[in-house]
Amino acid sequence: MLLLNASGCLDALTAPDVARSLDAFVTKTITPLPREGNPPVRLAETEHGMLNAIGLANPGRDAFLDRVLPRLRELGVPIWVSVGGFSAAEYAETCADLEDVTIELNLSCPNVDEAPESAAEIVAACRAATTLPLYAKLSPAAWDVAETARAVDGAGADGLSLVNTIRGLTLDRRTLTPSLARGAGGYSGPALKPIALAAVYACARATSLPIVGMGGVQSGRDVLDLLAAGASRVALGTILFADPDAPTRVRAELDAECSARGYASVHDIVGIAHERTSTQHGQHSSEVVRTR
Amino acid sequence: MTRARLNVAANESIGPYTLLTVERGSLDAGVPGQFFMLEAPGRVLPRPMSVCLAPPGRLAFLIDPIGPGTRALCALQRGDAIHVLGPLGNGFRLDVDRPLLVGGGIGIAPLPFLSERLGEPPALLGFRSEWHAEAAALVPNAEVVIEPTFVTEPLAELVPDYEVLACGPEPMLEAVRALARDAQLAWEAPMACGYGACYGCAVEIDGELKRLCVEGPVLAAA
Repeated sequence: MLLLNASGCLDALTAPDVARSLDAFVTKTITPLPREGNPPVRLAETEHGMLNAIGLANPGRDAFLDRVLPRLRELGVPIWVSVGGFSAAEYAETCADLEDVTIELNLSCPNVDEAPESAAEIVAACRAATTLPLYAKLSPAAWDVAETARAVDGAGADGLSLVNTIRGLTLDRRTLTPSLARGAGGYSGPALKPIALAAVYACARATSLPIVGMGGVQSGRDVLDLLAAGASRVALGTILFADPDAPTRVRAELDAECSARGYASVHDIVGIAHERTSTQHGQHSSEVVRTR
Repeated sequence: MTRARLNVAANESIGPYTLLTVERGSLDAGVPGQFFMLEAPGRVLPRPMSVCLAPPGRLAFLIDPIGPGTRALCALQRGDAIHVLGPLGNGFRLDVDRPLLVGGGIGIAPLPFLSERLGEPPALLGFRSEWHAEAAALVPNAEVVIEPTFVTEPLAELVPDYEVLACGPEPMLEAVRALARDAQLAWEAPMACGYGACYGCAVEIDGELKRLCVEGPVLAAA
């Protein structure tokens, strides 16, 4: 399993063929109660990305479990359910109601108010509520995302999803007021890639948890970079809006990149940025020693 | 929903607008009121455009160059190629006995194709200026009004005799809705994807926020 969609970037029920072209489908975040989301305008394009302030629009936990999840299972693709909430107890209640899925805890939506508990406290509450695989989706905005990664690892997470969007703002060219009705929104797209790479790289050094890397992936080359930084799976986000055929294209580009570099499997690439970095660090420090 | 790379066949200025024609390739033209997502060269997101005309083997889109994406589209020339996804959304119902097409500004974009499919019914078009009104030449049997006259003035007298199919700016559609409760209205909203993935084009429909690309863009007035 290699390619997923980023949560909130695909509706498998309106685009089932796109969902089937992925190795797993990740749902839009589900909250205990239905949410209409933020008022329009919810989208704005920037030079190198886009802002969204959808605000976790979703039918709520009960409607999701009764009406949506059974239809998703018919797709024949493994399902990851993105779980959100406004307290650790809300997250845990939804986790307790789920079966036969992987859970991704959305601990980092920039468009809604946060739960009062820390990421680790939410993960711990969910861990107590379910034995299903638990991935913690973290924000790249934390000063030290690796510290959060260690904390959720200690709280019982099975993996990390890195990264969510980062908060950004655009102003209307004419009125110089915020383009989005909510003001700021979540920034995604090509500009996010170096930020995602840095987070994946730091967290891969800080924990041994498997990582789903995401942020600005447009091409097979971008997937290659995230794998090298330490991700073992990669999710496509904004690119799906522009190109629903991206999963097939990106997979072909990645295969070509691997062949050209002499790798038999994409798994051989995972984490190689760290091998090279540690060698370079080693050489560098010995030079320092010699200089002294 | 198919995505294909299509060759630009023609680029023609009509008043302030550009009529961009592409070879249709493997894509279906859809029905009037449906739309396509057009790759805007150099931009992150494609742009939604309703079909203006669908001559054999081609698709034509009427584009108002109001921002970086639409300007990039208007700059395309014969020999260029762009990715096009569609047809998307729900178009106009064509089982209408006495249709009257109503359009405002760039909102006339889907009306030439609609007019053709409905046998060139009467149309009522409103524009900001004589220059903008050059686009009225695309719609047969059209009566044209220029601001400060709005389409709603002549429309008020015609409504009892016709079923209205309209596209235009939101205030115009709201005014049409107030006059013609059985109208079909084509709305507009910012969209990242056009196929239900981004939830960006949410508009209030029946008291709830729904995705215009999935539920519309053509909606019943009442």
